[in-house]
Amino acid sequence: MMKRKALDLWAGLFVAMGLGALLFLALKVGNLASFSAAETYLVTANFDNIGGLKKRAPVKSAGVVVGRVEDIAFDTSIYEATVTLAIDKRYLFPKDTSVKILTAGLLGEQYVGLSAGGDTVKLKDGDKFKLTQSAVVLENLISQFLFSKAADGDKGGK
Amino acid sequence: MIDFFERLGGRALGSVHRLGFACRFLILTLRNSGMCLRRFSLVTREIYSAGVLSLIIILVSGLFVGMVLGLQGYDTLERYGSSSALGVLVALSLVRELGPVVSGLLFASRAGSAITAEVGLMKATEQLAAMEMMAVDPIARVIAPRFWAGVISMPLLAAMFSGMGVFGGYLVGVRLIGVDEGSFWSQMQAAVDFREDILNGVIKSLVFGIAVTWIAVFEGYDAPPTAEGVSGATTRTVVTSSLSILALDFMLTAFMFRGV
Repeated sequence: MMKRKALDLWAGLFVAMGLGALLFLALKVGNLASFSAAETYLVTANFDNIGGLKKRAPVKSAGVVVGRVEDIAFDTSIYEATVTLAIDKRYLFPKDTSVKILTAGLLGEQYVGLSAGGDTVKLKDGDKFKLTQSAVVLENLISQFLFSKAADGDKGGK
Repeated sequence: MIDFFERLGGRALGSVHRLGFACRFLILTLRNSGMCLRRFSLVTREIYSAGVLSLIIILVSGLFVGMVLGLQGYDTLERYGSSSALGVLVALSLVRELGPVVSGLLFASRAGSAITAEVGLMKATEQLAAMEMMAVDPIARVIAPRFWAGVISMPLLAAMFSGMGVFGGYLVGVRLIGVDEGSFWSQMQAAVDFREDILNGVIKSLVFGIAVTWIAVFEGYDAPPTAEGVSGATTRTVVTSSLSILALDFMLTAFMFRGV
């Protein structure tokens, strides 16, 4: 039987290692440290089609993450999707900022892209983006391409 | 024929009876755990035998599971030209599933069986009865410290398993194969959510810890006081707790990761 002190030491070391592993998971593997405690303001935007956008998707401007998608809802009065964005208080955008739903890479996750306009009045909590551009749906793009190809073919044949 | 049905019914009733006793036993353990939480050195000693002694097997298996994930994941992801997502694959599969489940299975066979054998042997050699004679409650003195030690150790072991696995995936993916180190970590950090993934993994391992140690102490306490009985109880501990880990894992996953 080991001595009590050595036992306690080993058990303490074990618990410390376990907590260390948890800390490693939280900070290095997870994203606890980045962008969670910052204060945000909420802005909404309407889209015809949000494609595969999900809650907590990043909101980027010039490639920098400035916020997260807070909520996605369907507005039955206008039959459009209403997306609520939580944007970091440090980043203020002009009122005429345009919003697009973009895709990272060809098949990557979808995110919201902001391009700042020239207005001097800034957006504040509860405001709404006026200029929005829906997600590009690959099927629509392909069918448009095929139709235009077919139209070109007809012209060439005549 | 009648005999057959009689035996079938008897066995079914017997297992329901045992389940009821197991629940009563758990409540009894919880109610009598005041003493061991006050005298925490009792628990510390059991953490040593359940946790510290399982450390080697958990760390080594975690490392190898992570390295295999790195190799296999790279092989599959490379076909779609997205090998930079290797970190995401390794981290998510470890944190969500493999960490809690595999370390739970290892814990059941390494520590759970040891607890059952120890408690069963104490019962077979009438040490538990002797304690009762001396007005020492064996549940408070023997069962509760082992139970709490298992419950405390299991999430820590699972976290170490996952951490070690991520390190193994890093070794193979970045050091050996040459996936870009920056994208390995940054894509992982972008995809792994603290609450959704890591905390749910910890909850899973906590549930597995409770299930495994409950089964282990119960089987030991309930074992027939013979050499054969103790060996049968040890086997049952490993089988029952492995099955319940897998079944519980399915249920918890269905609750936790439903679509989002």
